[in-house]
Amino acid sequence: MSATTGPRPDEESAARATTATASVREAARPSGARPPGAPRRIGYLYVLPALLVYAAFLLWPLLHGAWISLYAWDGLSVGTFVGLANYVEVFTDEELRASLGHALFLVLFYAVLPCLIGFVLVAAMSRARVRGLTFFRTVLFLPQVVAMVAVAVIWKWIYAADGPLNAVLGLVGLDRAWLGDFTFALPAIGLIGTWVEIGLVMVLFMAGVQKIPMELYDAARVDGAGPVREFLTVTLPGLRRELSVALTLTTVAALRNFDLVWNTTGGGPGTNTRVPAYQVYNQAFSEGEVGLACAIGLVIAAGVFAFNVGLTRLVEGRR
Amino acid sequence: MTTSRAERAFNYTVLAIFSVIAAFPLLGVVWLGLRVRTTDVMGIPVPTGASFGAIAEAWQRGHFATYLTNSAFVVVVVVLVAVLLSILAGYALGTMDLPGGNALFYLFLLGLMVPTEALVIPLFFDLRSFGLDNSFPGLILPQIAQSLSFGTFWMRAYFRSVPGSLIEAARMDGAGSWTTLWRVLVPVGRPAVVTMIVLIFMWTWNEFLLALVIMGSREDLRTAPLGLSFFQGQFVSDYDLLAAGAGIVALPVMVVYVFLQRHFIAGMLSGALKE
Repeated sequence: MSATTGPRPDEESAARATTATASVREAARPSGARPPGAPRRIGYLYVLPALLVYAAFLLWPLLHGAWISLYAWDGLSVGTFVGLANYVEVFTDEELRASLGHALFLVLFYAVLPCLIGFVLVAAMSRARVRGLTFFRTVLFLPQVVAMVAVAVIWKWIYAADGPLNAVLGLVGLDRAWLGDFTFALPAIGLIGTWVEIGLVMVLFMAGVQKIPMELYDAARVDGAGPVREFLTVTLPGLRRELSVALTLTTVAALRNFDLVWNTTGGGPGTNTRVPAYQVYNQAFSEGEVGLACAIGLVIAAGVFAFNVGLTRLVEGRR
Repeated sequence: MTTSRAERAFNYTVLAIFSVIAAFPLLGVVWLGLRVRTTDVMGIPVPTGASFGAIAEAWQRGHFATYLTNSAFVVVVVVLVAVLLSILAGYALGTMDLPGGNALFYLFLLGLMVPTEALVIPLFFDLRSFGLDNSFPGLILPQIAQSLSFGTFWMRAYFRSVPGSLIEAARMDGAGSWTTLWRVLVPVGRPAVVTMIVLIFMWTWNEFLLALVIMGSREDLRTAPLGLSFFQGQFVSDYDLLAAGAGIVALPVMVVYVFLQRHFIAGMLSGALKE
């Protein structure tokens, strides 16, 4: 039932906008001999339907969340205004601070490690053009399009007590219950992140390297530059933009890894793999701290924003 | 420029190693899910047969027919509405000189940097107060809103890249802004529209946190990833069933990806590019 009634309000508003657009156009035509590029009020009608949905289901919840984050609220009774106390708690509460630490630790695995490996490899590859690039690109990028829940299921098998990883490491006595281990659970999740992101990074860098003019390499060689000088003077500056994009995308992925944590360890063992994204759900629905959950959500958003702006400026050297 | 044989060999070796790393877990799923049987031939396991038994069992016990249908419905509505609204908004913001148009554009762009984590809790309480929690509209509308950020950004970029002379020629032929959009610009911009469609399709299909919070207590309305999550909680170590389930959930996007990989890669990498 609700399935068929669901989208209707939307289609109606779109349809209404359509007819409204048409009638406005009719009305505007007699005086419509405007020079091209002049302000055209009809444009607002084109933006309106999108803006309404966007305002109601993205901007409003964002503001509402900021409002809720100023309250101590369990989601049921009347909340009490507490000012910025929830934000203070995010950074002072021992468990929540540990969660932030876990997120930063995961950035190493999601962003730094793939970019380091990818950069060195692609730089080393830069001096030769590769055939069959489309095939390699398709395979390397594949982990990016698989649902994270499916990725989690696959890796739980790989990390399982009787899984393929332990089958290999067991030969040298290094097998353990990876995702249940207090020391290794978080790095184990991190390595899944590395697996997901490294393909993206390599695809990005390979595309960037192809755009560096061959003449620059020829010139460097004529000048007698070795591989290291060549890397520093040609490849590195040529890949600045790609490095900035890669770091941004992978860092954001590291900050928003609810799906992976929820479906591999559920935050355990103990609280050892609880990350801020997990705490948003946990605080709201298990601890009854809805205001705190909203504050954590906004701290994640601020982190995403800061990384986006900061990394772009830093790596690309803008302003 | 000449490159030595060694350099080229190095390149292929690197690419091959990382391709194997990327593909290994996915091949493992196929192997487990198809219950491949092997016999040792001189110490090397050689596949001798496979069956669809695990897939059939997972399909039935995991209720994947229901979950895939739910996901398909959600995806179709989100893609249709989001694509339509993005084209309209991107058209106005890209070709018409609207006062305040830039501010509107940055407002839409803001959504690209707002993670679901920052929205999902207030959304849940807002939707609940309208009785929309645990309903399709409650899952669909927020995903349309989130898709509009990328959609508007992407279509605006396309419409700005269209030569002004094309729009001018259409106007000379007597076409209004509506006819110009649908008869001239959208047909020419099909590649851009296809990229947008496949990305919104993938993001919507794979969405998990929103589905968990909004469809958490209605088993019959679960989407495919949510269904898989509950399924794996139920069959903790039946890895053949879990692999089959993971394969079922991942397959639709992977099939589209194989045919349209250029669109996926171009779109996902440029989504992060700001002007």
